[in-house]
Amino acid sequence: MAFASPHVTAYAVEATEYPDLARKYQVSGVPKTVVNDQIEIMGALPEPAFIDEALRGI
Amino acid sequence: MALIAPADQQKLRDAFSEMTRPVRLLFFTQALGCDTCPQTRQILDELPQLSDKITIEEVNFVLEPDKAAQYGIDRVPAIAVDYEEEGERRDSRIRFLGAPSGYEFVSLVRAVLLAGGGESMLSPESRARLASVDKPVTMQVFTTPT
Repeated sequence: MAFASPHVTAYAVEATEYPDLARKYQVSGVPKTVVNDQIEIMGALPEPAFIDEALRGI
Repeated sequence: MALIAPADQQKLRDAFSEMTRPVRLLFFTQALGCDTCPQTRQILDELPQLSDKITIEEVNFVLEPDKAAQYGIDRVPAIAVDYEEEGERRDSRIRFLGAPSGYEFVSLVRAVLLAGGGESMLSPESRARLASVDKPVTMQVFTTPT
């Protein structure tokens, strides 16, 4: 997604190595995606649903 | 000893041979207080051996704070993926925080292939939707090493 838009930056975060981040974003399962500190997506979604959810309101 | 098994090395060599653009992996590290930095360096060091299109650039997180800020890196180990297009260096805006072991390594390889000129895995519809984005979007995907 980062590659498809110059406005998108994507971080793959290793949750066990960064427990502070995992705590901050209440990561209780993986994968968990957090968009702009606001939208949370639990688990893996089919691509269209994922894009809709991740870009909700954007 | 190589971290990547010989059979996997050959698969990676084949995949990387399709790359049309040079890719530079920026490895943000520090000498002290970073348990997984040496392991990350070891993993990264194996990649240039599999393709002459891949290079590693080590960035000292302590001595080069400006570069870390430029890439939005606030902890180590971290990896940013740059590539070269039309003679210019570009930022893929794909980052990895933490050592790229287990499935993260697969994601790193995919990022390298994408930056190296590979086809996007996204549908044309998804790409069109993304092309309409006009404000900053930061995505953090949390994973675990398995």
